Amino acid sequence: MLLGPALGVSALLFAIGVGGVLLRRNAIVIFMCVELMLNAVNLTFVALAQQIGPQGQVIVFFVMAVAAAEAAVGLAIILAVYRHKESVNLQDVNLLRG
Amino acid sequence: MTPMLIDLSAPAGITLALLPEIVLTGWALILLLVIGWRHGDPDHHRWAGGFTLVGLLVALGTVLWLWRAGATPDGLPLMIALDGFRWATAAIFLIGGIAAVLLAQGYLGRERILVPEFYALVLFAMVGMLLMGGAADLIVVFLGLELMSLSVYVLAGIKRRSPQSAEAALKYFLLGAFASGFLLYGIALLYGATGTTNLQAIALQLADSEIVGRPMLALGAGMLLVGFGFKVSAVPFHMWAPDVYDGAPTPVTAYMAAAVKAAGFAALVRVALTALGDATAAWQTTVWWLAVLTMVVGNLVALAQRRLKRMLAYSSIAHAGYLLVAVAAATTQGGSAFLFYAFAYTLMTVGAFAVLAAVGRDGESDLLIDDFNGLAERRPWLSFALAVFMLSLLGFPGTAGFIGKWLILAAAVDAGQATLAVMVVGASVLSAGYYLPVIMAMYMKPSERAEVAEGARLARGGRLVVAAAAVVLLLFGVWPNRALDVARDSGRQLAVPGVIIGLPR
Repeated sequence: MLLGPALGVSALLFAIGVGGVLLRRNAIVIFMCVELMLNAVNLTFVALAQQIGPQGQVIVFFVMAVAAAEAAVGLAIILAVYRHKESVNLQDVNLLRG
Repeated sequence: MTPMLIDLSAPAGITLALLPEIVLTGWALILLLVIGWRHGDPDHHRWAGGFTLVGLLVALGTVLWLWRAGATPDGLPLMIALDGFRWATAAIFLIGGIAAVLLAQGYLGRERILVPEFYALVLFAMVGMLLMGGAADLIVVFLGLELMSLSVYVLAGIKRRSPQSAEAALKYFLLGAFASGFLLYGIALLYGATGTTNLQAIALQLADSEIVGRPMLALGAGMLLVGFGFKVSAVPFHMWAPDVYDGAPTPVTAYMAAAVKAAGFAALVRVALTALGDATAAWQTTVWWLAVLTMVVGNLVALAQRRLKRMLAYSSIAHAGYLLVAVAAATTQGGSAFLFYAFAYTLMTVGAFAVLAAVGRDGESDLLIDDFNGLAERRPWLSFALAVFMLSLLGFPGTAGFIGKWLILAAAVDAGQATLAVMVVGASVLSAGYYLPVIMAMYMKPSERAEVAEGARLARGGRLVVAAAAVVLLLFGVWPNRALDVARDSGRQLAVPGVIIGLPR
């Protein structure tokens, strides 16, 4: 039931997330796009679980917990960079060059 | 010797099977609790370091005990594997972690990074690595990877005064989280294609050729490779690695370049050989190209580096290429070669970064190779150790690096990948162009900056790491038989489910 469209939507969401990470330069926006990717995968899991069994739905809870932990760590790191640079734009974060 | 049967459906069995992870988690929680009150002065910091060291040693003890007792699952392992590969990788990560903690004890005090949370994060990252090496299910791979990565993101930025450190953490975090997204999508697609996330169950499903042909499977395997490629810094997914290795405090860099990278590879080897062993069409060519690109680009860019820390960062990318060759062989022989090489690589990388930390100051980013001119006159032992690490990284006969490279070559040739083997040899020749100048600078050039040699200091822990790494590398270079047997035996267990496990006699 609706497996194809659900997988299509989640693939689209994932692609939007990837595009955002590659094109945007603001660390917060990039982080939001990463979250969008994770949630697109969650949608895939839920859609597949309808056909395969409840395991996919359980995985989603693990992913949500991981995403929450990632948000805590990620925002703290972004804050640490902001303290040094007064900016979260990646163009201003350029001390390390080879 | 009768193997110890562990019933994974009973709580007692699960506890026993997860004993090293449980020990480390408990240790980290106790540490967090204590440093909540005691974090102000250097004494507390020293205590936290010692406590962590004991925890890692206890975990190593439980790993060796379970290994020796021949712990075997009673039935199919659903979430966590009990085989030689798990114990061997766990021992490698723990040795890398112990070395990093020994190094950090002196270093953090010297650089005035007095945050005892450092050690709790090292422990949590270690739990994640052990889960990655021992996963029998893709979800355990993902959870272990995230536990490890989240801890290491913070470790990279642990020096809060330094803008470089914060920048390294940000780059590592954004690209690491991006890679996790790909990895997770790959897991979802494999789940969709095969109906399960258990590695052995996936392998059973793939015996059916109709499933092997599904585009969803190929796409899922590709996504997994992108995710792992980022984690192990394979070209073209390596952009973050030099910057992050450069900006992070040196003991953290050693931890990342050695244990974290080995953990990424351990999970990759396990997924590729155990789950996707019958679907090599879906990933072997991609890994082949990743290996070639990583070896060529890593070595070429390393040639152009003048600063030692950045040179070592690129050298670690090049070594990811050699390890990918072991994966591209797609045989259990490749798995064994990976185990031996990962062990040698951990020792030589940690040793090289330990010497770097001893000679450099304030992040060590600006230490040029020319600064090592004439170091051998003043610091003969330190120079000798660095020479051993460089020769081992180069793969010079008489060091463990040579044996490891030879194993990888043998695995590639036996798998019919002769071109790849030739590429490894070519890349190694190229790498002589940046490893040998370090040795030449130390032994053949006159000293220009005496204060570098005078200032070179290693705390007791760092001295122990450098000495032990150099001795073991030389020892395994001339007498590798026993380690080879262990690696062969452990690698073989990747493919055959339910094989009886034990240390070879």
